[in-house]
Amino acid sequence: MSPLLSVRNLRVSFPTRSGMFEAVRGVSFDLGRERLGVVGESGSGKSMTGRAILGLVRPPGRVEAERMELGGESILNLPEARMRRLRGSRISMVMQDPKFSLNPVMTVGRQIMEGYRLHTGKSRAAARDKALEMLAAVQIRDPERVFHAYPHEVSGGMGQRIMIAMMLAPDPEILIADEPTSALDVSVRNEVLRIMDRLVGARGMGLIFISHDLNLVAQFCDRVLIMYAGRVVEELPARDLHAAKHPYTQGLLNSLPRLDRPVERLAVLQRQEGWRDALPAETP
Amino acid sequence: MLTVENLDVWFGHAPERVDAVKSASFTVPQGESFGLVGESGSGKSTILRAITGLIDTWSGRVIVAGEAIAGRHRSRAFHKTVQMVFQDPYASLHPRHSVDRVLSETLYLQGMDRIDQRIARLLDQVGLGQGFRFRYPHQLSGGQRQRVAIARALAAEPKLLLLDEPTSALDVSVQAEILNLLGDIRAERGLTYVMVSHDLAVVAHMCDRLAVMREGRIVEQMDAARLRAGAAEGDYARALIAASTGYARET
Amino acid sequence: MTQTTRAWLLSDAPQTRRQARLGALYQGWLTFRANRLAMVGLAILVLLVLVAAFAPWIAPQNPYAQNLAERLRPPSAQHWLGTDALGRDILSRLIFGSRVTLFIVGTVALIAPVIGLFVGTVAGFAAGWVDQVLMRITDIFLAFPKLILALAFVAALGPSIGNAVLALALTSWPPYARLARAETLTIRNADYIAAARLQGAGPLRLLIGHVWPLCVSSLIVRVALDMAGIILSAAGLGFLGLGAQPPMPEWGAMISDGRSYILDFWWVAAMPGMAIFVVSLAFNLLGDGLRDVLDPKGARE
Repeated sequence: MSPLLSVRNLRVSFPTRSGMFEAVRGVSFDLGRERLGVVGESGSGKSMTGRAILGLVRPPGRVEAERMELGGESILNLPEARMRRLRGSRISMVMQDPKFSLNPVMTVGRQIMEGYRLHTGKSRAAARDKALEMLAAVQIRDPERVFHAYPHEVSGGMGQRIMIAMMLAPDPEILIADEPTSALDVSVRNEVLRIMDRLVGARGMGLIFISHDLNLVAQFCDRVLIMYAGRVVEELPARDLHAAKHPYTQGLLNSLPRLDRPVERLAVLQRQEGWRDALPAETP
Repeated sequence: MLTVENLDVWFGHAPERVDAVKSASFTVPQGESFGLVGESGSGKSTILRAITGLIDTWSGRVIVAGEAIAGRHRSRAFHKTVQMVFQDPYASLHPRHSVDRVLSETLYLQGMDRIDQRIARLLDQVGLGQGFRFRYPHQLSGGQRQRVAIARALAAEPKLLLLDEPTSALDVSVQAEILNLLGDIRAERGLTYVMVSHDLAVVAHMCDRLAVMREGRIVEQMDAARLRAGAAEGDYARALIAASTGYARET
Repeated sequence: MTQTTRAWLLSDAPQTRRQARLGALYQGWLTFRANRLAMVGLAILVLLVLVAAFAPWIAPQNPYAQNLAERLRPPSAQHWLGTDALGRDILSRLIFGSRVTLFIVGTVALIAPVIGLFVGTVAGFAAGWVDQVLMRITDIFLAFPKLILALAFVAALGPSIGNAVLALALTSWPPYARLARAETLTIRNADYIAAARLQGAGPLRLLIGHVWPLCVSSLIVRVALDMAGIILSAAGLGFLGLGAQPPMPEWGAMISDGRSYILDFWWVAAMPGMAIFVVSLAFNLLGDGLRDVLDPKGARE
């Protein structure tokens, strides 16, 4: 089966006073109907990769790639108008903080309807039904009430569920989730993950899950890319993450305090210059 | 070292009064590291802010190193005994003040002598070194900023250090470095810590004992071994521990 | 500049206090320089200062010398910008007028923001009744149209350039107070203020050492952008005869003089108008550039 999304040698660079800064330096991967985790520390280029796919890198930032195809069609540097049609209908994105992604002066219901109608051109009535259906699908107990609520009237966890409902309403093929649960408390986090888990599974979507949390990605995803300084340093099945070979991945795992494994001192990651240029380790 | 009895903290006036902390009581003996855990809005950071006088709408008894405190005003001795490290290293350093300015002002305010030597020693102690002395916050990474904030807190040579989520804004590898640094400093100086965190693993690593908070109340106190064993008494604490061990997939 | 000086200035690890300060200044200069239009504005203003400083040597003729035989002459080789109703050389009058303009702008720019900064930060930082009292006073000043209030002041004090400046300064501080107060309100609850409080820092130290440095930058930007307005107000007062008194060459008064001949002898009013326009524009461009450098909320990371 051909992949939903195919990226080859993606580069994102920004001009700075001291020359070009390369945020992403040659990232390649294919995404099928699976959950792909992208892990790395801040500045590793993981979010920038997601933004580049969605065409959200603003000038003077530059996006280059040998190939960036969505279902066999190139989406590299499309004109903004075409990209806007694509965003939402075929690829969607859920960001870290729902507070900043929802319009504060529009009711939740209208926002979902608006996005849906923009991409499908359906009637208001159909959009309304769809919005209520989606709110129910993200396990909001009283969809009617939330439909008429403003974003400031809902909690963080609820806001993130609304975002997911909004993003999945036009039935996209790919969902890019950029740290979707980092702003949430643990108990709420698991609920949101459960909802995403079910929806993505049921619709056979491709999911790119961008996170700094290795354990979470290991538990939630099928496959993991570990990024360091704009490159993928290791790619492996999520269940084998704890048997990672690359010293960076190992270092990250060891530096986490764990409830089940008390240590006197935490292991500190010793960064090596060579990691910046090393090619990704072969996947078995 | 620190005794808190029936602490109530509220914001605003009736009828819109919000009770952030409701009759919280705990005691931290000298040399212990005590954790306050809970989800956002549980009132854990509010307790620290009430102790330090950053919030003055509270009632109850707070005794720090034998000195009972009240309201907003704190004595000079209090500032020398109790210091705090804030959550967000990007917000806790003045954007226009260099590291040198931050530390020398702090040392001056605390009435310290030989300021130059002390700055050098503090920077060495937090693992930054002299090269960082004249930098501005925008020239520092998050971890480096947090080290400066720790140096500032240590400048007065306090006995009790209040840590408000000191690593939650940092990457895990940097978190490990900062936690190690905090552990080393405590071992070296025999400090008492009160650490607020939402991350149970971090608290288990750093603290001897902890209190679990929910909606302004302390629902349970336990030691780190029990936390690690997941052997909490109450349902809420058990659920919290279970949730923080991670996510189990359905498919 | 040599490469080593540049590297020394841009160093991420300055070795001394002086290097750190100069480095920060140089960074700001680089950001400012990247804004072409702001550089144009700066160039015009530098030129204006030079012209004002060397007016007696630059001016081709005496700005006060009347020559009724040569009155209302159009621009020519002898009088580059023509002559006015009393036969005075307009170019010379503009050159000497730049001194008056600079005096007005400089004095107002020194007085108004300082009053505003003081009132605004004290109100924002002290809160409670101090805030109420200071801000209500500010509101009273804001409730009057600026020029009308200035007119009232000048009428009471008597028309003169000094009184005009004083009136302008006294009427233009309220917006700065508002701005400074708004900034202070966001700053006062910041963690770095809390951290300084925990070290035992008193309110005066917090206000001067911590709040002011952050308010000053946005005030400077605002002042630069308001300069155009101040020049126009001063010109307005001059136009109404309440500012500079004849025969002092003030740009607003010069426009006023040319008013009666504006259809037949357009240059008499148009030349000082152009001068006001160019200088106002220069201040606006400069203000935009300064915003890039100073405003912490700006685009720069």
